[in-house]
Amino acid sequence: MNKSQLIEALAKQENLTLKKAELVVNALFENMAEALVRKERIEIRGFGSFKVKHYNGYKGRNPKTGDIIEVGGKKLPFFKVGKDLREMVDREKE
Amino acid sequence: MALTKEKLISRLQTQVGLSKVDSRAVMEEVLKIIKETLASGEDLLISGFGKFSVRHKNARRGRNPQTKENLILRERKVVVFKTSGVLRNRINQVS
Repeated sequence: MNKSQLIEALAKQENLTLKKAELVVNALFENMAEALVRKERIEIRGFGSFKVKHYNGYKGRNPKTGDIIEVGGKKLPFFKVGKDLREMVDREKE
Repeated sequence: MALTKEKLISRLQTQVGLSKVDSRAVMEEVLKIIKETLASGEDLLISGFGKFSVRHKNARRGRNPQTKENLILRERKVVVFKTSGVLRNRINQVS
């Protein structure tokens, strides 16, 4: 499922216009993205939480040429799945 | 200060102009659609944010680090998240 399909599903379920559903979905993910840009945690019960983690740089190698290259440190969001979603996804299909 | 569901609901009120009740309903519905999609084994791709996918893990031998007990982890399905390139660049931007 992609974002447009999520927007369509939301519009249908909640009787919203596509335009309104698009505003909602865009606002939700933009608010979440901005929180992560500010290095703020996100916690949504039953769904999961996001936290920006710092990864140190390291010396790596270009696998093709064998050259040693410096890989810089980076920050990446880490998603920890919530209990409810974890159980839903793992549930055995009857 | 973490961003919570309550805060997202009140942002929907101000940014999209929905009532409190409607904001809460759409928030819950979005989460329900996402959770049901993942539960059915389908991935969810949100451009500019990231991709949630369901991955199958094989059973493996593990160890409880606290009790040092050996145990078998059964095969299971887990959700993994991969940040989109756009968001990764925004997070790493030097401001």
